[in-house]
Amino acid sequence: MKRYSAFAIAREALRYHTGWERAWGNPEPKKRYDVVIVGAGGHGLATAFYLGKNFGITNVAVIEKGWLGGGNTGRNTTIIRSNYLQDPSAAIYEKSRSLYETMSQDVNMNVMFSPRGVIMLAQTHHEVRGYERTAHANALQGVDTTFIGPEKVKELVPIINIDGPRYPVLGGLWQPRGGTARHDAVAWGYARACAGMGMDIIQNCAVQGVETEGGQVKAVNTTKGRIECGKLALVVAGHSSDLAEMAGFRLPIESVALQALVSEPIKPCMDVVVMANTVHGYMSQSDKGEMVIGGGTDGFNNYTQRGSFHHIEETVRALVETFPMISRLKMLRQWGGIVDMTGDRSPIISKTPVGNIFVNCGWGTGGFKAIPGSGWAMAELVAKGEPGPLAAEFGVDRFREGRFIDESVAAGVAH
Amino acid sequence: MLILTCPYCGVEADETELAPGGEAHLKRATVGDSDEAFEAYLFDRANPKGVHFERWRHAYGCGKWFLAARHTVTLEVYGTYKAQTPEPTKEIVAAIKKRLPEWEGRG
Repeated sequence: MKRYSAFAIAREALRYHTGWERAWGNPEPKKRYDVVIVGAGGHGLATAFYLGKNFGITNVAVIEKGWLGGGNTGRNTTIIRSNYLQDPSAAIYEKSRSLYETMSQDVNMNVMFSPRGVIMLAQTHHEVRGYERTAHANALQGVDTTFIGPEKVKELVPIINIDGPRYPVLGGLWQPRGGTARHDAVAWGYARACAGMGMDIIQNCAVQGVETEGGQVKAVNTTKGRIECGKLALVVAGHSSDLAEMAGFRLPIESVALQALVSEPIKPCMDVVVMANTVHGYMSQSDKGEMVIGGGTDGFNNYTQRGSFHHIEETVRALVETFPMISRLKMLRQWGGIVDMTGDRSPIISKTPVGNIFVNCGWGTGGFKAIPGSGWAMAELVAKGEPGPLAAEFGVDRFREGRFIDESVAAGVAH
Repeated sequence: MLILTCPYCGVEADETELAPGGEAHLKRATVGDSDEAFEAYLFDRANPKGVHFERWRHAYGCGKWFLAARHTVTLEVYGTYKAQTPEPTKEIVAAIKKRLPEWEGRG
């Protein structure tokens, strides 16, 4: 694979761009792979990438029922942060955030990582106390966050209304190293790097059944035929329960729709990410100028990738109160993704009842930020058969043992 | 918008009038049960891509809990029934079979 570089652009400019090669191939599945990864979203591709990079395992297929990065990887609001309260969460999300810093170099594609800073607004006294506590916890965990007052919030975000009638801004948890990245480029970068290591990325290939024998997986049956595998990794977010059922076990997961929307593009007006968890809305401005807005989840199980309209109304109402200047913005697009919610709102990176099947799921509403860290930890689990330090706490057995990583109570997540 | 008929007061309520309550017909674990039974009761969920039996509360109406059968992909509602029902009723199963003859029952 030819490297992307300034020199390559100059060389191709001189020969009318005739020398660019395909970023990744479109292979037919081989009969057998050492590792088959189901799901060519960010997490699945990152798992494949680190299997190759950290463990030298390259006889790998990543199979995908739709198109590459067409699920939640292409449907999120691209926020990257690691200001979580619990130690296991802070460890894996901070690892992930730090891997984003060098991802463009690691995969040789510009993923447009923009460490512009993330503010989580405190709009009740309860939130002020919660975020002060998180800032102290982050100091101990080595995560760079501070609690800032309303004047500092106003200085960082001039368009914000800090004196709202219902929920005035009382402060915020500020993570200057958080930010955003180009979500498609993350999937494309990993896919190209994986293809460069000789892995097969097989799109339009839906899994229809999982063949097990004596507590071990033998093969997966797909719309492109039977594929034998030494190990199987299920990295399919909202459809994890469906795949687990094919393999004969259950997961503590419920799938719901989470929505986002973008406005028409406007001149640059906000150069940080602002999250307002009390009123359920978060907003950042893309490089194209669109305001990217994330909303709430539906409360009921749903596989439709749409979501209920009244959630958009609630989100927009809350954001208009927080940012009065957006009240006359027109919204361009709205979409939904199917997110996999666990009971404690923390992910699952785990062994399963089937010996050589591993699952990576349950990232819920916050999976994009975790992509590289999740792939790093999952690759170690798949390669060694046992979780490393990053994944150890995220085993599915924690629900039986009562060893929760309770980020829903810690308000480290947006929902 | 999702519309369910409350089996108690008969009102056709849309989802903003209702509060979702998760999977129905869970077997409650109790004192003396194993850790596995508690895990199953508290966390393991069917989460089907298909017919789902679930609890709802008519929160901004009569306030009562009731049960519904709904398809999680098409969002079709097969019917609602009272919460004091340990298994899906014959009527609701018939209503589902009428629309989905290949449906194999609750997993």
